[in-house]
Amino acid sequence: MKRVFPILAVLTAALLSYALYEALVVAPTELTMGDVQRIFYYHVPSAWTAFILFSINFVASVVYLIRRSNKADIVALVTAEVGVVFCTVVLVTGPIWARPVWGIWWTWDLRLTLTLVLWLIYVSYLVLRRFSSSGQTPLLAAVLAIFGALDVPLVYFSIWFFRTQHPQPVIGGGGFIDPLMLHVLLINWLAFSCFAALVCWSRYRLEVLQREVDETLALEALLEPRGSQTRTSQTWRAG
Amino acid sequence: MSYLYAAYIATWAIHVAYLGTLLRRYIRLRNEIAEFKGREER
Repeated sequence: MKRVFPILAVLTAALLSYALYEALVVAPTELTMGDVQRIFYYHVPSAWTAFILFSINFVASVVYLIRRSNKADIVALVTAEVGVVFCTVVLVTGPIWARPVWGIWWTWDLRLTLTLVLWLIYVSYLVLRRFSSSGQTPLLAAVLAIFGALDVPLVYFSIWFFRTQHPQPVIGGGGFIDPLMLHVLLINWLAFSCFAALVCWSRYRLEVLQREVDETLALEALLEPRGSQTRTSQTWRAG
Repeated sequence: MSYLYAAYIATWAIHVAYLGTLLRRYIRLRNEIAEFKGREER
């Protein structure tokens, strides 16, 4: 596994570079918006990747509630964290695209508001996991994640069923996209998906290691004589 | 064109910042392990 990771990292970096080249050079310039439309190749794949990660988080949370599996709990945590990063990209690139096209950075449109709510739900999920020391934290987080996941289809379908400021879907829903633009969009999505998978993998390994260290330290604190136990916990807090 | 570059730079700034936090956590964990091993040897 240690050998496979650097190879996959190099391949992903190459794919991301190629996707960037396709987005900036190969993709045709849109007639009305001009070059600024190329933000589309980062904005949309980031949104799709975030939706997939939040969906995996939902499945892992359900599995955790049924089986109390430690692995499912870690997968839920990791996908929520990386999903928030991608959702942040969506919320940052969206206004940068909106300013020259709509003339405003932000509007309380249904799609935009629901995306912000989605981001806030998963940030609160991460805050809960980070600062709650209760043994029930994974259980509470799993329940919160299931409620949070309900917002994902609402965000996705909001532009299908309601008239919004946000553009209508270009794939499905009666929209049209130039085949070359679609090709570039899919390459960028593939590149960001590979990148997300790689980051999730690293974060998963880090979390497993962190839990092992925490368990070992807790066990050591229990087994040590009383005097040195205090010293261990002091060292632990200082670290 | 500046909006386009701003969006691309912002995207990578967010990803690099997150990767930086992962690296920092990894280094802290490695130090904890080294400290623990040192205590074990003593």
